[in-house]
Amino acid sequence: MLELAIGIILGCCALGAGAAMIAGIGPGIGEGNAVAKACEAIGRQPESIGPVRTTMLMGCAVAETTGLYALVIAILLLTWAPGHLVDVFMSAIG
Amino acid sequence: MEGGKAEKAMSNKSAGRFKIIDILLLAGVLLPLAAGILIKVLFIPAPEGIEISGAAIFFTIPLPLGGLPITESQVNSWIVIISALFMCLYITHGIRARVRTKRALVAEWIIEKTENLVLSNMGEYFAGFAPFICAMLALSGLSSLSTLIGLYPPTSDLNIVAGWAILVFILITYYKMKCGPIEYLKSFAQPVPLLAPLNVISEVATPISMAFRHYGNVLSGAVISLLLATALRGLSSLVLGGLPGILGDIPLFQVGIPAVLSIYFDIFSGCLQAFIFAMLTMLYVSGAFPIDTYRKRKEKKKIKKEKAKTVNGGN
Repeated sequence: MLELAIGIILGCCALGAGAAMIAGIGPGIGEGNAVAKACEAIGRQPESIGPVRTTMLMGCAVAETTGLYALVIAILLLTWAPGHLVDVFMSAIG
Repeated sequence: MEGGKAEKAMSNKSAGRFKIIDILLLAGVLLPLAAGILIKVLFIPAPEGIEISGAAIFFTIPLPLGGLPITESQVNSWIVIISALFMCLYITHGIRARVRTKRALVAEWIIEKTENLVLSNMGEYFAGFAPFICAMLALSGLSSLSTLIGLYPPTSDLNIVAGWAILVFILITYYKMKCGPIEYLKSFAQPVPLLAPLNVISEVATPISMAFRHYGNVLSGAVISLLLATALRGLSSLVLGGLPGILGDIPLFQVGIPAVLSIYFDIFSGCLQAFIFAMLTMLYVSGAFPIDTYRKRKEKKKIKKEKAKTVNGGN
């Protein structure tokens, strides 16, 4: 019974980490849009490639943030959470 | 004839001393890095298989409010700081006006670039920020690049980056406070007082997002590199594992392929994150300072002072 409970905890941690990374879709679409528009802008005005590139990288970095939040949560779920949750569980059942 | 000889000897002597100091400075650049590698080899056990672990803790200093652990990332960031300090001394050693050496040109290029960057992003008022921004760029970039010699990158530890982000947050708050605490509190009630809680949250979210952005990028690169290396090891043992003896242990796929990823994750991403951190610092700090209100306030104070003076003089 105990093994089953601990197994469920570990499995749910892994599932949660996988589910958290669904958030990667958002930054992917956002950065794709940003780069597409930057390409358009460079195509229209090739002389402005320097500022456009800088602004695009900045925008990409800011758009990436939500994805990184998800990544941090996924890494926590994979590395720190299982041991902690199992400890909590063990202390709860005594 | 005699004078010329003496002069030559003198210049020889000074050239010799110059070279000795040069070598000492170069040793100052390289020795900390070597010491870092040595510490890693001596004190940190090699991991078995894949292991995503944080920085190793060397020892803990007991303090009244819990111990202060001295971790690998702290040691490595001091190594990077000392190394960068000696690098700066080496570049600027022997600079003289109107004598153009390679080093002087490199130093000039660095100074010029950062000053232009600060001027174009922050404006005239913040021109004094150039050394700070340059130091931040160098520290962040070199910290991320220290993975190339096998050190644990300090930027993949949240504590280090959070320290920098808190520093930036203090700067932002300082420049917001420059027009007085009342103006600062009023700025939270913009555009309507109903939004004040959200404004407070977004204020606190600034350093958190800055820290997470930098640390998450470097850490994700390290994790992906590790996963790829493990997958390639499995692949090569799958392909060549059937061969007898030493032939089965040939790391066929581990050669070269991880290096391609390392170019992106270690070099490009590390430098890009340093640039983005510095850029965001500049934008946040200059955006936090209401320069028009500040100038108006200053003028008002000036007028008040002059009025008081004339009144006093009249009396």
